Formats: sequence, C-alpha cells, structure tokens
Amino acid sequence: MSKPNLLHRRDVVKALLADRKGAIAIGGLGAPTNDITAAGDHVRNFYLWGGMGGAVMIGLGLALAQPKLPVVVITGDGEMLMGIGGLATIGLQKPTNLSIVVLDNECYGETGGQMSHTAVAADLVGVARSCGISDSRAISTMPEVEAFAKSMQDVSAGPRFASVKIDSANLERVLPTRDGMFILARLRGDLGLAPL
Amino acid sequence: MHACADDSVDTAPAWPDDIFAILQRFEVRQVPYVPDAGHSQLIRRVLASSTMRGIPLTTEEEGVALLLGAWAGGQRGVLLMQSSGVGNCINMLSLTQIFRFPFLTLVTMRGEWGEFNPWQVPMGSATQAAFELAGIKVLRASHAQEVREVVEAAASQAYNACTPTAVLLSQRLIGAKVFVK
Repeated sequence: MSKPNLLHRRDVVKALLADRKGAIAIGGLGAPTNDITAAGDHVRNFYLWGGMGGAVMIGLGLALAQPKLPVVVITGDGEMLMGIGGLATIGLQKPTNLSIVVLDNECYGETGGQMSHTAVAADLVGVARSCGISDSRAISTMPEVEAFAKSMQDVSAGPRFASVKIDSANLERVLPTRDGMFILARLRGDLGLAPL
Repeated sequence: MHACADDSVDTAPAWPDDIFAILQRFEVRQVPYVPDAGHSQLIRRVLASSTMRGIPLTTEEEGVALLLGAWAGGQRGVLLMQSSGVGNCINMLSLTQIFRFPFLTLVTMRGEWGEFNPWQVPMGSATQAAFELAGIKVLRASHAQEVREVVEAAASQAYNACTPTAVLLSQRLIGAKVFVK
C-alpha cells in the first residue's frame, strides 16, 4: 500500500510537538494516539482509546475552556470521517486556539488496512474549508509541517485544519496509558484545576 | 448567535427559566444542543446569556465529547437534546464511564403521552433503558411543579458526585406536539 514520497507519521507528529510549549495535544483513537506517545509522553497529552469520532469535539470543549492555550487534535482519516459533523460545529464556533491535524493514510490501518473514503473521493481539506474553517491546508512536506507547528502557537488566528497524507506503513505500537481518569486528572492538575 | 424565528408566546411556562437559573447557579459554561421545540425557551435564554455559550451540534454524540473536553479544561456543561438523539450518543457515552467527568443531559421526551408521530415512538420508548444500559442515572419530571426539584437534584449529583445523569422532561410536561394540516 505504501506510496513513494509520502511523509512518515512519526516524523510529522514529532515535528508538530517538538516545540509545543503549553499546548494540549489530543490523540485520536488508533495510531495517532500511539504517535503522540512516541513523540514523548507529556502531562498535556490526552490519549483516546475509544469514543471514535469524538476527538475534534473534545478539542473544541478544551479550546473554549482554555482560550489562551494552543489545543491541537491529531487524529486519523477514519476517526475524522466518523465525526465529520464536528467540523461544521467548529466552523460555527471558530475557537481561535484550536488546530486539527489529520494524519491521512487513506485506510483503516488498525483493522486490516481497509480503504477509507479519502483514498478515492472524500477531500477533508475541502470539507473543513466549506464548514467555515478558512485556514485549511493540505500538507505534503516537512517544512509545511514545521510551519503549521509554529502557527499552532498563535491562539488568535485559528481554527486551522491540516490534512497530511502519510505513508500507510503499520509501525511498531508505542502504547500510552489506557487509564482515562489518570490522564484527565494529570491534565487538570497541570492546568491548576482542583479535584472534586 | 440568534434563533432564525422567534416563537415565544405570552403563555411561556416558568420551568425553562427554573432550569436556566439552576444552570447559572452551578456555573455551567458550555451548553451544546440539538434543537427541540421543548427546549426552545431554554435555548433562547442560553444564547442570550453572557456566561453560557450555546453550541449547536450536528449530532448529539458531539455534545458528549464536547463536555469531556470542557471539563478537562475546567468548565461544566450540559447537553440539551430530545429523546431520539439519545440513540445517537450510545458509544460516546463510554466517555462518562472511562473519565468519570460530570455529565448532565436534559432530554425532552417524544414518543409518549399522546404522541401523533409513530416514528418518535421506538426511540422514545427505549430512551430510559438505553441510558441505564450505558451507565447513566435517569430522573424524570412529568409536571411543571417538580422540574426545579428534579433538575436541581440531577445537577447536584452530576456536578458534585460525578454521577452521570439524564433528566427526562416528559411529553406530558411539554405537551404533545400538534400537527396541523
């Protein structure tokens, strides 16, 4: 399935998070949550092992609650397709500190590599833009990834959306904690929020 | 943001205002919703509020995920929907069990008490059981006088005890929708 000249997912995510500062990163169900783990566990990482289709909406809730912090959702094409209406919801709310990156391998890599809609028909960048996210880009080079990473820090100019076509190779899994209460309490604690 | 048509009437009931006051008191900030006629008065209050943000959704499950994000960032929320939307939420309700965050939803009921539209009946009949299967506690208000007390109890247990809770606002309370040819 691998095509030549596609970016490698781990390189992309590592570059996105290399100089993240206070950014909160949400990893969508599937390989993206492994990718943000491979880039280094972080108190502001929010790992999803389920709730398929919910990643960008978790990002929206966080972005609205913490408007001064960059919030980035890193998810896959299948997860994004399942929650695609969320792009319309975000296009309406326009949270200026929210960035969305879809790692698009054009297939469901976790379940046997079945083709996804983006392989043939669906244009996620076009969908995002027509939902009102005017800064929506297709990324195919590492300098573009690095430029996007820099733009994520500007919490007054989002929302922004990027689709990065990536190599579909299945990589060794790097598994984060599966304990939701742990990651939630860890993140909230770091944001200075008290427990019950 | 504004409603595209104002359907307010002089005989507006008081219970939606009671709910709004409770949400204010619990410092609710994010109010995702899929519109329903039974919620229209409350939605208008939310959209006019300076402390709450009304967030229209394309499907109800978006609201479950949104409320998790809101809480992760330090804000409380409440999801407004009608009974048919509950079916759309089922898998996403897993988040309430995994993260144990304060989840409150207010559901206007269809498919009961003089329903005209048979298409509302299957999901309306399954709403309470579906919530309970998903681990959500269910409270019901059937009369205007009890709405304040029931919503107050629901908000208390959701926000103070992290007990995920749904309030069913019955069709008897709201009034069966009238279809006129």
